[in-house]
Amino acid sequence: MSLFEAHNVTKRFATTTALDEVSISVPEKSIYGLLGPNGAGKTTLIRIINQITAPDSGTVLLNGQPIKSEDVHKIGYLPEERGLYKKMKVGEQALYLAQLKGLSRPEAMRRLKYWFRKLEITDWWGKKVEELSKGMQQKVQFATTVLHEPQLLIFDEPFTGFDPINVKQIKDEILFLRERGATIIFSTHNMGSVEELCDNITLINKAKTILEGSVDKIRHDWSANEYEIIFDGEVTPSGNAHFQVLTSAFAKGRSTVRLKSAGTGDTNDIIRSMTAAGTVISFNPVLPSMNDIFIKVVETQNSEAAKN
Amino acid sequence: MTLLTPFLLALIFVVPALMMTNQDKDFKKIAVVGDSDLYKDVIPDTKDADFEFLSGTTLNDLKGNFSEKGYYGVLYVSDLLVDVPNAVQLISKNQPPIGLLDHISYSLKKEIEKKKLRAYNIENLDEILKSVSASVDIQTIKIDNEGGTKKTSTGFAMALAYMSGFMMYMLVFMFGSQVMRGVIEEKTSRIVEVVISSVKPIQLMLGKIIGIALVGLTQFSIWVLLTLAIVAVVQSKVLPEGTMEQMQQLPQSFAQAESGAGAADAGKAVETQMTEFQSIFASAINQPWGLIIFTFVFYFITGYLLYASLFAAIGSAVDNETETQQFMLPVTIPIILALFVAMATMQNPESSLSFWFSLIPLTSPIVMVARIPFDVPAWQIALSMAIMLVTIVGTIWMAARIYRTGILMYGKKTSYKEIWKWLTYKG
Repeated sequence: MSLFEAHNVTKRFATTTALDEVSISVPEKSIYGLLGPNGAGKTTLIRIINQITAPDSGTVLLNGQPIKSEDVHKIGYLPEERGLYKKMKVGEQALYLAQLKGLSRPEAMRRLKYWFRKLEITDWWGKKVEELSKGMQQKVQFATTVLHEPQLLIFDEPFTGFDPINVKQIKDEILFLRERGATIIFSTHNMGSVEELCDNITLINKAKTILEGSVDKIRHDWSANEYEIIFDGEVTPSGNAHFQVLTSAFAKGRSTVRLKSAGTGDTNDIIRSMTAAGTVISFNPVLPSMNDIFIKVVETQNSEAAKN
Repeated sequence: MTLLTPFLLALIFVVPALMMTNQDKDFKKIAVVGDSDLYKDVIPDTKDADFEFLSGTTLNDLKGNFSEKGYYGVLYVSDLLVDVPNAVQLISKNQPPIGLLDHISYSLKKEIEKKKLRAYNIENLDEILKSVSASVDIQTIKIDNEGGTKKTSTGFAMALAYMSGFMMYMLVFMFGSQVMRGVIEEKTSRIVEVVISSVKPIQLMLGKIIGIALVGLTQFSIWVLLTLAIVAVVQSKVLPEGTMEQMQQLPQSFAQAESGAGAADAGKAVETQMTEFQSIFASAINQPWGLIIFTFVFYFITGYLLYASLFAAIGSAVDNETETQQFMLPVTIPIILALFVAMATMQNPESSLSFWFSLIPLTSPIVMVARIPFDVPAWQIALSMAIMLVTIVGTIWMAARIYRTGILMYGKKTSYKEIWKWLTYKG
């Protein structure tokens, strides 16, 4: 079941179209990647979900119902451009933001204590925001975003400004939140984390959806039927009707061979030929990275647009 | 700053008073010499200085040693003064105060006029002069007594109008620009995106406007109370008794000294002051205080809402305070214009200029408030208030639309054309 759906959403500004008939459907309890180059329209879509702006046309549904202004309490949003009141104390500010989301003060206090301990920022409670490092401020903001336990969480570039340890911590928290039943929309340019975290994605370019689906399926769809085999010792297999050898290299006692299947036989045929050639250490299909797919898809669309 | 300001404000009251007390101690004795006794005792003593005419002493006798003899300076008045206006010299070690110089030249001028008149050989000149001078005095008192209440009441109304008009200007402008800075801060720190994902932009904008008004008024009342308290304490502990009263009476005492009023005249002057004070007091009681307070509060709230929402819209449209310049001008001009019209209003409360500006919503908070002590017809007040209320609803609606779009626009320099487009965006 889809927790959030947008159907044919269009939003125009004076001279530009930010979103052109964009539809997304976010399954419940999943992590949904919202991808696209800068200026593609992602932020506009996120703002529409948050009801910061309204679409010119199209419908936006939460739990199958058109989204209402009370629904803001069911949504948690971490914007890409992070901001807190600089002169205000961390704890005071976190309480204020939590109460804006409809939590009572004692309840907000209780949950804040839990999250501050979890994110190891309890010591910063009485400090002013401007005294905190950027990463610390981000953690505070992360805590205030998830505090009211919203059904739908929107993270826009949640990892920028964090060191690798904190990135891992935040990743774990995001996965933990999904396990607890939250649905997460995740916008990023970091394709590595998309492969790691996202169940489904939508790729928006120039206000239009150009790719969508589950991450696994997309990667298989975009794979070029290539395999990578590692042999013990120096082995140079030769191609046959079912496959051709693309590259073959020997280093440190191992041979790495890349094949491209002709698609005529099944993988077992290839494996049999390989075991005949030498001692196989590993055999893997080569899946394109989301990074490669992103670049390929966007560049293709851009060059087509240039032609027209 | 909140607590420091009352001290600074108190300084404004206390320092001149302290200076007054110092001045009193700095009493001056001035030696007056001449070629003969022609100008003996023509310069009356004042509160701050005694003029001692030394017969038979020449300027050269005193030139070198006047300060040893306890004189502040030596004034030499030549006998040729009637024909040579600059035949006067004041020799002193320090730059003499303007008041002293004024006093000397005024006294001498009178004397010369008298001497010139005397040259016409008019009989009984002294009596004539006395009677002329006396009749002038009587005339002044008469005017005061007859039209006293009305005249002083106008003065009081003017003071009231000036004060309320100016205070309105200060409060609206101060708090209004604070709203603008607040909006810019929220925009540049990007906190706004977090907040408006929880509340509607118009709620945030109105919350900001109301919040700053409440903070501002709290701060303002703390200032007023603390300033009064500090001044009261300083007055009772530090300054010698009566300094403040002396300060208030300063202009009168100068006038007395200058006219060389005798003891009897001085008594009359005190009497005049008393009646003046009484009539001011009476006119203060007679002012329509209920109406004044009501209109002040009404125009303060509405004027503030009007300007603060405009300031909020400006704040939302720019990225930093330096960019506000181009949008500030159309907002600042009406306020300053209103202040000028309010001042003109005090001269002529019934003029059509005052009438129209007390109806235009951007200027009415200041101009109408300044007009109120001068009896404004009820229908004009009602009309002005009605126009104001309608305008506020319209302005807040418009400002909210600009605000809603503006706070999410970064990095682009905003033009008026752009803002016009924002007004038409959907939802």
